[in-house]
Amino acid sequence: MKRLFLAFLFTGSLATVAVAQSAQYTEAMTKQTSDLDSSSTFTQEALQQKANTFERIADAEKSQWLPYYYAAYMQVMQAFTLKDKSQIDPLADKAESNLDKAEALSPKNSEIACIRSLVATARLTVDPMTRGMKFGPEAAAQLEQAKSLNPENPRIYMLEGQSLLFTPEQWGGSKSKAKTTLELALEKFAAFKPESSIAPHWGETYTRKLLEQSQK
Amino acid sequence: MSNISRYLCLFIFTPLFSLAQNKISGKVTDSKKHPLPGVNIALKGSYDGATTAADGSFSFPTTATGDQLLSASLTGYQTLELKINTAAGEQLNIVLKSAVNALRVVTISAGSFEASDDKKGTVLKPLDIVTTAGAGADIANAIKTLPGAQQTNDREGLFVRGGTGYETQTLIDGMLVRNPFYSSLPDIPGRGRFSPFLFKGTTFSSGGYSAQYGQGLSSALILESIDLPERSSSTVGVSVIGVNAGLDNLSKDKKTSYGIEADYTNLAPYFNIIKPKNAPNLGPEIIGTSVNFRRKTSRTGMLKFYGYGNWTKMGFNSNSLEYPGYTESFKLHNNNVYTNLTYRENIGRDWHLYIGASFSSNTDNIDADTLQKNPGPSLIKVQSNLSQSRVMFYKNLGRFSVLRFGGEYQYAEERSAFNRNKANFTDNYTAAFAEGDIYFTPSFVGRVGGRAEYSSVLGEMNFAPRVSLAYKVNNFSQFSVAYGDYYQKPEPQYIRFDRNLGYMKATHYILSYQRVATDYTFRTEVFYKKYADLVKTVPTYNNNGSGYAQGVELFWRDRKTFKNVDYWISYSYLDTKRDYLNYPFRVQPDFAANHTASIVYKHFLPKLSTNLGLTYSFATGRPYYNPNQPTDKFMSDRTMTYNSVGVSASYLTNIRKAFTIFVLSVSNVLGNKQVFGYHYSSDGLRRDEVVPNVPRFIYLGMFMNFGIDRRQDVINNL
Repeated sequence: MKRLFLAFLFTGSLATVAVAQSAQYTEAMTKQTSDLDSSSTFTQEALQQKANTFERIADAEKSQWLPYYYAAYMQVMQAFTLKDKSQIDPLADKAESNLDKAEALSPKNSEIACIRSLVATARLTVDPMTRGMKFGPEAAAQLEQAKSLNPENPRIYMLEGQSLLFTPEQWGGSKSKAKTTLELALEKFAAFKPESSIAPHWGETYTRKLLEQSQK
Repeated sequence: MSNISRYLCLFIFTPLFSLAQNKISGKVTDSKKHPLPGVNIALKGSYDGATTAADGSFSFPTTATGDQLLSASLTGYQTLELKINTAAGEQLNIVLKSAVNALRVVTISAGSFEASDDKKGTVLKPLDIVTTAGAGADIANAIKTLPGAQQTNDREGLFVRGGTGYETQTLIDGMLVRNPFYSSLPDIPGRGRFSPFLFKGTTFSSGGYSAQYGQGLSSALILESIDLPERSSSTVGVSVIGVNAGLDNLSKDKKTSYGIEADYTNLAPYFNIIKPKNAPNLGPEIIGTSVNFRRKTSRTGMLKFYGYGNWTKMGFNSNSLEYPGYTESFKLHNNNVYTNLTYRENIGRDWHLYIGASFSSNTDNIDADTLQKNPGPSLIKVQSNLSQSRVMFYKNLGRFSVLRFGGEYQYAEERSAFNRNKANFTDNYTAAFAEGDIYFTPSFVGRVGGRAEYSSVLGEMNFAPRVSLAYKVNNFSQFSVAYGDYYQKPEPQYIRFDRNLGYMKATHYILSYQRVATDYTFRTEVFYKKYADLVKTVPTYNNNGSGYAQGVELFWRDRKTFKNVDYWISYSYLDTKRDYLNYPFRVQPDFAANHTASIVYKHFLPKLSTNLGLTYSFATGRPYYNPNQPTDKFMSDRTMTYNSVGVSASYLTNIRKAFTIFVLSVSNVLGNKQVFGYHYSSDGLRRDEVVPNVPRFIYLGMFMNFGIDRRQDVINNL
């Protein structure tokens, strides 16, 4: 009886620890993901801080794909803000290694494919003339992959719309096509139910901004 | 979050808050005491940590107690872990060492210009070769804008640092290419036979190159073909001088690809409108075709086949210098085939294997005649066949060092006939080489190697030692030195008539400095080259020739200062004299200019999606032989200085689903007069200037590529 009681106590306390840790995790992640649509996040320093924080959470948890995913997202966005283009590849390498870890924990994930598309675009910007041939199609292929994994993911259409908007017309860009795609993205955002409060849900505000630009 | 977990949160955390929190703070610097911002400071196993500020400082509270592992990490630096006691409250001073990555490791650079997409910090990209104005997408023409190469536009080949065109060897995937240029007529240079788009890497060595290669006294042009294409595609091109079409197919598993290409060039219609100095009497027409097959045989294995065939016919009439009033006719038929098969594989334990085989055959049929005058036409037939096989093993030693060794065998058949007189010979050439790249530290490397060769027709063996050292001062700058002996067989036209000839020899000494940053490159080299045993044709054929070349070269490239502009400037000073062929004593040879300079300017207009290019080349006058001068003034006359401005514009667009480029290029747009030398009649009374057959060439073309995704390019405004 005593043994049984001890066993109960033991499993009970274990369970408490497990739930507690996931609570700490959820709280930290909620805090970190709550302002991902705010423009104050998108400065060089803020992005680096967030990337570092997500990496710390990822390293402490090791079994969650989300912190790796968000760290990669912050790193690739940081790559876009860099003035010194020689720093882009090392950051893209870092983002990709985080995405590899995320993908090992959550294979065939449409959200991860979206970030991979962004990484390819970041690499392209280092030297568009010579890298366009390689990374342009790769960025597009990753979005296609994302679509095949989950066509309801609104971020695919946001990124597609963004690329249509910023690509010169002779290269296949088009403001009117961008507008249609971004409107589709907003529809998908409206219908989208994130799996949890900390699952990817960013992008709607940015999509509206892009849509404004496409209507100019 | 569910209510339960919220409750649990409260339950679990409340007692912790009552515990005393420890504060951990400190500062991170690099080894030179510069503060490092953005460093991720983490307490292992917890979320606690911080990112360092601009002054490298950090501070964060933690609930962890006792001994903990703290890590500090930043891109480009080695992650540091250290044990700390959270209660100690001391100010931590953390120093991060920079990580050794490929970018920071020194590479052997003396004498070589590399164009590559794969490797970082290279001076040129393959695309730079294609987009150099005035080069007409010809690899050798683009290379002529780099220091070391002469503006010898009256004959084919790369004339490097006082060497002749014969002294430069062209290699594709390690295999020698005989006749890399189209056979052509006297005074008209032939273009390169292969497209620059086939290569992912181009290395132009103006001296001091590796023991892997031999039989080039001056220079090596080392081309590395692309592995698998990014995707299947097909191309069609139309221009004022011809048409071409090609197909590249990549298998679904992305492991196998094949490509086929065919082109037809006919200059006759162009010459009907723009009259050349000498009117064509045959063609000029070229039919070309090439095939390639590539297969990734395993994760590390690669099999490549590349082959091409070209059929040329061309001929021109010119006024006879020897017999005024008569016409000289010159006609050429050329057949050329080249095939190249290579295989690379990692055979385990850091050992790698490379095997290659190639075969080439070149036939020139020349018909030269003074029309309506005896004797009848001279018929010259020159055929050369070369089979080559090569094997190399290499092993990685430690992180960066490499050991290579291997051997090579060539069987050459050289046939020639002048009317009925034949002079044929064959040569069995064998070579062995060994070379080690030894990294004393990541920033200090030495390459030591040697090459031994035996040629049966010369009946002679040679041994050529080669040494280079390179030291990287910081992330951007490095110094290199190189020394080496180089041997080469005399040209076939001399061996044909005298089998007692031996190798010609050159010894190189090079000192180089370069500074390569993302957006600019500066390079300078000084060199001294000593020639020995050059072939002389008087009084009889012998190896008593000699000479030297020395000079200074500068290169500056800048992609940053002006928006959307990329330009480079190169300058070469060359002091060279040689005693060879029929020269009475050492003089500056007729292919060498003292000062050579080029400016290459490229401007991209994103709104018009147009690339504009301009290339200006300059060279001081070259010596020429004037028979009216006394012997002690041999080669003392100089031609006028050489000036050439080439422009090009390419407009990139999409036509339906095809990625399309329109190209307009004009050579010598200002119409500068260019004289490369003079021909004299045998009595020395009349002379003719050697000038380009068309002073200005206008090229208009359109190239379409199907199968490339539309969103591919220029998503760079993000």
